[in-house]
Amino acid sequence: MANDPISQFQLKTLIPLEVGGMDISFTNSALFMVATVALTSAFFVWATSGRGIIPSRGQSFAEMTYEFVAGMLRDSAGSEGMKFFPLVFSLFLFILVANMFGMFPYFFTVTSHVIITVALAFLVFFTVIIAGFAKNGLGFLKLFVPSGVPMAIMPLVIAIEVISFFARPISHSVRLFANMLAGHITLKVFAGFIVSLSSFGALGVAGAILPLLMTIGLTALELLVAFLQAYVFTMLTCMYLNDALHPGGH
Amino acid sequence: MFISQAMAATEEATGVFPPFDPASFASQLLWLIITFGAFYMIMSRVVIPRLSGILEVRSDRITRDLDETQRLKAEADAALAAYEHELAEAKKNAHSIAMESTEKAKAESAAAREKVESGLAEQMAEAEARIAGIKAKAMAEVGTIANETTSEIVKDLIGGKLTKAEVTKAVSSLVK
Repeated sequence: MANDPISQFQLKTLIPLEVGGMDISFTNSALFMVATVALTSAFFVWATSGRGIIPSRGQSFAEMTYEFVAGMLRDSAGSEGMKFFPLVFSLFLFILVANMFGMFPYFFTVTSHVIITVALAFLVFFTVIIAGFAKNGLGFLKLFVPSGVPMAIMPLVIAIEVISFFARPISHSVRLFANMLAGHITLKVFAGFIVSLSSFGALGVAGAILPLLMTIGLTALELLVAFLQAYVFTMLTCMYLNDALHPGGH
Repeated sequence: MFISQAMAATEEATGVFPPFDPASFASQLLWLIITFGAFYMIMSRVVIPRLSGILEVRSDRITRDLDETQRLKAEADAALAAYEHELAEAKKNAHSIAMESTEKAKAESAAAREKVESGLAEQMAEAEARIAGIKAKAMAEVGTIANETTSEIVKDLIGGKLTKAEVTKAVSSLVK
């Protein structure tokens, strides 16, 4: 188990549950989702409970997070986009905290499972479609018809636009999932090298310093990736929401 | 090498690579919906209204404070302008008062001098008149004295008596 880089993604049933033949057990993945949500909610509810004009440290952090996400959304989708702020804010925090939880050894990384990222990506995808049609009616289809394109190549351009639109949830989800998965596998592989090299005696222990340094470097990199992927996922969400609000705007 | 070995090991154990195991999808999706749904509710119902409220209150407060500052500054500026205006007015007044009093003093002194001068001239004229009167009187008396003296001398010398008219005629012809 220790040297197996895949077992960290193994789901373990903690409380077996089954409804109508469907396995809906409470697993380690569910546990970490609950932990993510509980910790983040608890922090934000606690931090904002003072409602001070002059913020406490916790409140200041909560405000900075709020301003960060609000700035991202406002820059991409304009002030109209602010009605999607709760969704964007929740997505960012959920993914960020889940990614960060994954950085602890022996912890489960919720976002390393494709079904989770696909579900989140489709949540955004359908929000965009529903909001787009609700706001613009059939005008939303202008999204697929870029302005200033010669009529001769218009069908081709429209085809490309449609394909790229429907490819969005795939790229959106796979980007996050693959980054988390690959990062954790790489970390585990290099960490595994340390253990296997150390078992070859003194020379092996000396040689194990190299993968140890590599593991340290990769841990730092993975921390960056954990933040960056949450940021990228949120940023893309903002841009897609902008398409829903301003379909002719590109 | 490690990965392939490990993957082989896992696949032996469960049959599939865990992230792609459809058997776990239902449970994960359900728990994602429950947890993310709860998270969304907490964020949109509690945390975000609180945060936006805090920020709104603060920005209102800042705007209000800035307005207040602006108002106080305008007040201070107005007070300064009023003060400067008053000062200029007072300076102007002081100047005109000084000018006025100088003029008045000048006029007064001129009037006084004129009065004194005219008094002096009057006195001088009076004095001159008096001198002239005295002189005339003296001269007249001199004539009388001369007449008397003459009549006395004549009486003593020649023993005769001259009439007053003769003496006067003789004296005045001599005096001329």
